[in-house]
Amino acid sequence: MDYEALRFIWWLLIGVLLIGFVVTDGFDMGVAALLKVLGTSNDERRVMINTIAPHWDGNQVWLITAGGALFAAWPTVYAASFSGFYIALMLTLFALFLRPIGFEYRAKIDSETWRSRWDWALTAGSAIPALIFGVAFGNLLQGVPFYFDDILRLHYTGSFWALLNPFALLAGVLSLLMIVNHGATYLQLKTEAELKARSEKLSVMLALVCAVIFVLAGVWLYLAVDGYSVTSIIDTNGANRTTDKTVLISAGAWFSNYAKWPLLWLIPALGVAGFLICALASKTQRHITAFISSSLAIAMVVLTAGISMFPFVMPSSTTPAHSLTMWDATASETTLMIMFVVACIFVPLILAYTAWSYFVMRGRLNEQHIRDNSHSLY
Amino acid sequence: MDIVDLSRLQFAFTAMIHFLFVPLTLGMAFLLAIMESVYVMTGKTIYRDMTKFWGKLFGINFALGVTTGIAMEFQFGTNWSYYSHYVGDIFGAPLAIEALMAFFLESTLVGLFFFGWDRLSKEKHLAVTWLMALATNLSALWILVANGWMQHPIGSVFNIDTMRMELTSFSEVIFNPVAQVKFVHTVSAGYVTGAVFVLAISSWYLLKGRDLPFARRSFAIASAFGLASALSVIVLGDESGYELGDVQKVKLAAVEAEWHTHPAPAAFTVFGVPNEQTQTTDYALKIPAVLGLIATRSVTEEVAGLSELKEKHLERIIRGQEAYVLMTQYRAGDKSPATINRFNEVSADLGYGMLLTAYTDDVANATAEHIAQAVEDSVPKVWPLFWSFRIMVACGVSMLVLFAAAFWHSAKRTVDKPRWLLKFALFSLPLPWIACEAGWFVAEYGRQPWAIGEILPTHLAVSQLSVNDIWFSLGAIVVLYTIFVIIEMWLMTKYARLGPSSLHTGKYDLESPATVKEA
Repeated sequence: MDYEALRFIWWLLIGVLLIGFVVTDGFDMGVAALLKVLGTSNDERRVMINTIAPHWDGNQVWLITAGGALFAAWPTVYAASFSGFYIALMLTLFALFLRPIGFEYRAKIDSETWRSRWDWALTAGSAIPALIFGVAFGNLLQGVPFYFDDILRLHYTGSFWALLNPFALLAGVLSLLMIVNHGATYLQLKTEAELKARSEKLSVMLALVCAVIFVLAGVWLYLAVDGYSVTSIIDTNGANRTTDKTVLISAGAWFSNYAKWPLLWLIPALGVAGFLICALASKTQRHITAFISSSLAIAMVVLTAGISMFPFVMPSSTTPAHSLTMWDATASETTLMIMFVVACIFVPLILAYTAWSYFVMRGRLNEQHIRDNSHSLY
Repeated sequence: MDIVDLSRLQFAFTAMIHFLFVPLTLGMAFLLAIMESVYVMTGKTIYRDMTKFWGKLFGINFALGVTTGIAMEFQFGTNWSYYSHYVGDIFGAPLAIEALMAFFLESTLVGLFFFGWDRLSKEKHLAVTWLMALATNLSALWILVANGWMQHPIGSVFNIDTMRMELTSFSEVIFNPVAQVKFVHTVSAGYVTGAVFVLAISSWYLLKGRDLPFARRSFAIASAFGLASALSVIVLGDESGYELGDVQKVKLAAVEAEWHTHPAPAAFTVFGVPNEQTQTTDYALKIPAVLGLIATRSVTEEVAGLSELKEKHLERIIRGQEAYVLMTQYRAGDKSPATINRFNEVSADLGYGMLLTAYTDDVANATAEHIAQAVEDSVPKVWPLFWSFRIMVACGVSMLVLFAAAFWHSAKRTVDKPRWLLKFALFSLPLPWIACEAGWFVAEYGRQPWAIGEILPTHLAVSQLSVNDIWFSLGAIVVLYTIFVIIEMWLMTKYARLGPSSLHTGKYDLESPATVKEA
């Protein structure tokens, strides 16, 4: 395997990890974000929390792994994105702080106020990261203001407030709503009676809204967001020369990959179809179909963003030549190879024991079960 | 304060708070596995209750370990972006492998540990607990491989085209001797922490005359596990000393206040007051030859002193200055063979040249004062290291005595332990945390002025953020962590006071309905 192939594989693997994160941690974030929306009593909210209690921690490791893999496989991208989006990342971090302790401490004290506060903490801790991740992608698509100096130190010249532009906010809303919807489809699978009925109703609406926003964002991207393209030859098999290329900013450039390979249109199309099927399946109480189609839809949304930008991963709006691409911002060939082998061994193992843990905890939960096990459940 | 000070402060704060929770997780995970094994082997439900009750306390602690752990992973990118770019090729790999190999397993199984009791057979649940404990330790292994590489960076080479360090031998990175001794020393310290925790709280029940069978059994398991761990932490700490003598001479000299090289074998300073002005240690109480034995395992080898090490640093800074200048020329387009050849000759000292960037932007024309200043700052301050090391050792020895006494009384099977022993155990509760924090301080402060030993200076490693950005994040983190730690301590105390009654089995001392309405 050569360097070029490894670089492409790692573009795919980062995608797999991000998709693993939104599909798994996405539904527990969605459930937590819905605590105050769908749960009308403490017992109902406990049902909701306990559907995800055994799994949220494992799910969240997809995020940790995506971060670690970014560090190892795309060190410069990790450095540039995390320090560039500093305040946004810090807010995400503060929100994420609230989840482990929210889940663990909420049930420890039998008091309405105590539990209600943790419900809000869990809601914020799950909704804010979902929103910010979307905003971050919205900004990546527009390019981010940064440049490298002569020893390749990164200087970010934008501000936090500039991140909150209309297109990025739309992407943020899409990200939040699709994750909330994903949580609702999970609740359809894991709850009974009232709670299940409310989740179905919500999914029908949310999935349709998501489909509309996704299409709208696509149109907006086509009409009003300039894309980037590399105009020099990148040596895809050579050492990174991150700052030695020429890059052109032009309208419609984010659609050039689709023009080159029309089959790629299937990806966004499947995203829209996934949302539509999800709405229909929720309406007709096909819970497994609803959950799977929601998973498919959000996976396709992430892939659409990745494919549109390919080979860029973090374009620079102020110094386009310093844009980071998946060809020239990667780790060395040795590291990519080692990490590829490690991923080949461990990702299937992870999928296996994660599946087993879902199998062990299978079945629906109800309020009676919560009351009977009040002291051992969350 | 500038961005370097603030970034360091933030990292130190988040890392030290994170490490309040990590050692207890490391130790408790094995104690839970041992308790549950006894349950599965004997079928006595009291051991299941022990697993569940100590598991509750484990869970309260684990939540904050996860919370503060996320901050650690984010921070390399957010606050140390040049570091991430410069060494991510090597440093990122163990972090990613940690997540894939260990943290996934740990986090998935911790869910089954808590919620799988009625859904798994006894044996399967036990397997889950053991695997969780194993994963926790594997996690520590990879983190310490990463940290060991910061202390002693091997298996890698500088690439002038990509302007970063790149991996040449992953096996060297994994089998880095510093990483290996740090791993065993750190996890043993974690086991000691878990054992002191269980021993102290059990002693409190015994002092109060509560839940005696439960407390005695917990006491016995903790004392045996603790004795073995305390012995290993000290032996392995000594091994660390030997590794320091071998590869981190500056840190060793600072820890031991070895201002000058003395004839072998070097004496060990038990106590004294390091004086930076005179470069001597006042009121020093010395034992002949012991330091030489620890650091070199011989009576003929010298232990290098700080002033001699600084002389070497001066030479390396001057060569490093040349390397830095050649590197800039090359990157500006001068790719002549002469430049490249000369750079390759001096490139090992590039990091030392980078030290100069703290004092001047124009490294090529650095003055003699700049160089003298860089030499002066090329070793860490002595007194903080000297003292934290001695605090760590004193705590360690005290805990060893505690476990020896506790184990002796457990092995004799005396039903009532002497009250002094129980009080000793109870008041020892903070010791493992003090020792762990002091130990990490020695490891990390002792590496200064380097982020990556002799490769990348700390001041260059930071992200180019604004001071306000970091004040904001640091302030918010301090406020949030303080609130979290207060809540955690409060819950921990509350559940420790409730004891096994919090399980609502109906078998324990406090279970009159009025006392345990909560939980």
